[in-house]
Amino acid sequence: MLKAKVEIRLKRGVVDPEGKNITKALHLLNFNEVTKTKVSKVVEIWLETDDRERAMERVDEMCRRLLANPVINDYTIEIEDVHD
Amino acid sequence: MEGTNCEYETYLAFKELGTKPEYVHLKEIERGAKKVDDYQCIFLPGGFSAGDYVRAGAIFAARLKADVFNDLKRFVEDGGVMVGVCNGFQVLIELGFLPALNGISDEPEACLATNDSNRFECRQTLVRHEGRGCKLTSNISEGKIGLIPSAHMEGKLVFKNDEYAQEVNEKQVVFRYVDRDGNLAGYPWNPNGSYANIAGICNNEGNVMGMMPHPERAFHKWQNPGWEGNDGRDVFEGIVGYIERKW
Repeated sequence: MLKAKVEIRLKRGVVDPEGKNITKALHLLNFNEVTKTKVSKVVEIWLETDDRERAMERVDEMCRRLLANPVINDYTIEIEDVHD
Repeated sequence: MEGTNCEYETYLAFKELGTKPEYVHLKEIERGAKKVDDYQCIFLPGGFSAGDYVRAGAIFAARLKADVFNDLKRFVEDGGVMVGVCNGFQVLIELGFLPALNGISDEPEACLATNDSNRFECRQTLVRHEGRGCKLTSNISEGKIGLIPSAHMEGKLVFKNDEYAQEVNEKQVVFRYVDRDGNLAGYPWNPNGSYANIAGICNNEGNVMGMMPHPERAFHKWQNPGWEGNDGRDVFEGIVGYIERKW
């Protein structure tokens, strides 16, 4: 069994209002060394297969068809073995 | 589908204009109980379909894509009317039916991203009708300013690249957020930071339209706190007028 870990980020140049708000809040808490904060989302997907290459293809398709919008998102996929 | 709202106001608006609206749940389409071709107009109301998980409108769009993408595509290519308001607009963007500058696309070519304010903006907005090529708003004079409420967290329209954005901006903009003098202005007049203050667009053929403000919430004067107008009614009259002329 495999698990895919997909990290979906905003593309470089896309405004990240949530990240900006977090930076502001951290400054208000006196974490003044913070210069920038970016928010991304991680989706973990368990797959009933041991074929890593095929799993990568399928998860990439999932990203293109649902999980990411190519206009604003980049994503990376990591595949690992799991036993549960 | 689950999470949709304002369908009752939309239903009443169409009914009051003499049409025969019907509620259609996505599951009825999925199991074939109702067919896209049985209608002249498909209206996707606002709300938070599927809890807005993944991205606003993404799951609704993915389910439509999986089940009836070709039927919907044929419906639109044959001149059928599709309108999306707020979450419905987000669905049409995710579906690739808007902006559809070069025809319906397999992947989204735009996105309604999180408002610059990072807040849910729920209040009145002023929109100026541009009406470039939109067959559904030909009843509204160019430059008319309407008071129509907005209520969204993800309404900032962005495009896949600058060239694409400029072309849509020149050809397909139906409504823009403006200040009380009709000028393009920043926040709070533009509630989300949308490119070129765009509040609504149509496709190249002018029979598919999406807009973030809610016309069904400004259909009657008494829906406005100050009884200030019913500019949303124009939008519904335009849609019904086009359908009457076409069929």
